[in-house]
Amino acid sequence: MAEPLLEVRHLKVHFPTSDGVVKAVDDVSFTIDRGETLGVVGESGSGKSVTFLTIMGLTNLKSARVEGEVLFQGVDLLKLPVEEMRNIRGSKMTMIFQDPLTSLHPFYKVGDQIVEAIRTHQHVSKREAMDMAVDMLRRVGIPKPDERAKQYPHEYSGGMRQRAMIAMALVLNPDLLIADEPTTALDVTVQAQILDLIDRLKEEFNAAVVMITHDLGVVAEHCDNIQVMYAGKAVEYGSARDIYYDAHMPYTWGLLQSITRIDETGEKERLKPIKGLPPSLIFVPPGCAFHPRCPYVFDRCKTEVPELLPTNGHHAAACHLSLADKERIFKEEVLQRA
Amino acid sequence: MGRYIIRRLLWVIFVLLVITLFTYLIFFKLPPGDPAVRFAGKQPTPESIAEVKKQFGLDKPFYVQYGRFVKRFFLGDQYGWPGLGFSFNTRSALRPIIVTRMVVTIQLALGAALVWLLLGIPIGVLSALRPRSLGDRLAMGFALFGVSAPVFWLGLIFLYLFWYIPAQHHWPLQSGLAAGSGYVPIGQGFFTWVNHMIMPWVVLALLFAAFYARMSRGNLIETMSEDYIRTARAKGLPERRVVVKHGLRASLTPVVTMFGMDLGTLLGGAIITETVFNLQGLGNYVIQSVRGSDFNAILDVTVVAAFFVTTMNLIVDIIYAFLDPRVRYS
Repeated sequence: MAEPLLEVRHLKVHFPTSDGVVKAVDDVSFTIDRGETLGVVGESGSGKSVTFLTIMGLTNLKSARVEGEVLFQGVDLLKLPVEEMRNIRGSKMTMIFQDPLTSLHPFYKVGDQIVEAIRTHQHVSKREAMDMAVDMLRRVGIPKPDERAKQYPHEYSGGMRQRAMIAMALVLNPDLLIADEPTTALDVTVQAQILDLIDRLKEEFNAAVVMITHDLGVVAEHCDNIQVMYAGKAVEYGSARDIYYDAHMPYTWGLLQSITRIDETGEKERLKPIKGLPPSLIFVPPGCAFHPRCPYVFDRCKTEVPELLPTNGHHAAACHLSLADKERIFKEEVLQRA
Repeated sequence: MGRYIIRRLLWVIFVLLVITLFTYLIFFKLPPGDPAVRFAGKQPTPESIAEVKKQFGLDKPFYVQYGRFVKRFFLGDQYGWPGLGFSFNTRSALRPIIVTRMVVTIQLALGAALVWLLLGIPIGVLSALRPRSLGDRLAMGFALFGVSAPVFWLGLIFLYLFWYIPAQHHWPLQSGLAAGSGYVPIGQGFFTWVNHMIMPWVVLALLFAAFYARMSRGNLIETMSEDYIRTARAKGLPERRVVVKHGLRASLTPVVTMFGMDLGTLLGGAIITETVFNLQGLGNYVIQSVRGSDFNAILDVTVVAAFFVTTMNLIVDIIYAFLDPRVRYS
């Protein structure tokens, strides 16, 4: 089998604070292949953003303790000198963020901000870079891109700003695009457009995409594989099909049940939220971190940390329930609603 | 933009009128003593007092006096434009006096401004980039000292250290490291001029430098946690460029506003600094005029000071529109 594009092994990101050590990411491993779209799903504070900010080299290393390996095209990024990491960041591996208004610099024209990204990594003239920027703005579907390039971010609408961010991220033809909640701050109608755009460009650029989100509904049709995270750990991993039709972890069930959907019969149904709050990352509950909120909890869950074990093929879940129980509960209780 | 500026200029004139009206009320209506009595000689007769009153225009009702002032100010008087009237004290034109004083104050204010910008902003920026480091703590210690030390005290300490001690011990530099006091025009030699101005500049600038260090530190720390800074880093920009082009640019914009207003205020006279270092500037003059009930002079300095403050405000607002593209005036 070919070498994966990105392989993360036992990544730990801990932040020592005066109240104790915040275990933002606690032993997470996964791989991403070329051309793959990986959805990373979890609540706020589940460690999904920190994982990828660390992979990008954007966590503050003075305040964070990082362990493990991040192999990108075979090179461990965590051991790379700052300058070499900087060359990868923004050219081979790029990232877009949740709120496109605050993510673009308010004082510089959109075109100039893209030009800056280009010229940081490629020796081209300003004019050539601007041509590339305008061309890229056109490809992300911004009308009159040559005029739009001369405008400031506040003159763009929310969806246009995210398109501009995507243009900036893809203009150097990266191998990996990390999208951190790219649609959370956008209108629902615009969300679908942006996700379709990312899909289309992924094909055009032959890039791998990581889609970080808290909404399983958003990633359903756009991801090949999905990793569910909870309290700094990966708790379930599988193909989109595995997660939607055969989920094995009570937390994933909770996420599936909290997707808004309108019934064919038009019947109004109340959302079923996951009870309780995400745990503190300083005092993570012993055993399975999800056990205080889990409706199917039993004694073993309170003491023993479940490992992320494969159940069939590459589908894996971290849960002490027996496979038979998981399948029964999923069919009887979760699918009933889904 | 053009319309906006015209509207703002009209506003400046209105503000000046209001300020002069209040100054008029305070100095012509409230004080217990009659300036005419003071200036009518040692043993004034009612006739001589009446004569002085007439000369000063104090015999007319308040509103006529004020109207005359406004008229001569905007249309000019026998001494030129703008009409600043004559001094009760010397009975000579105030215009040349005010201009001479203003030149001294402008030199003091601009020099001090340069010192505090060059001192305050780099200190603030360096502390912001290394929060809680030794350098940051030293810098903020300096800032605390700067905002706490009163100018009159600091001025005297500086005089003692850099003028009195060197002079006492006959150090090679004859007049000490800096000249103690007084003003020398730049025409008498650049170094003589600097020698006389350096202490007032530094003493006046220290307080502001401390404020500016704190302000630029706070602004930069806040800016560096903005999302667009993360984007700049995600683009792979070198850290220096992230700080200078993305961080500083955004964090120093509010400093421009502060600077304009501080400079405007100072241009109206730095009373304590001018007094400690015996600089014949506007601040020094206004004290002298208040003591001598020289009402026209007080009024003139007030107008000049108010003019600088309002004009600097206008300039700052216009500059801001260029610095921050989100600001547009219509």
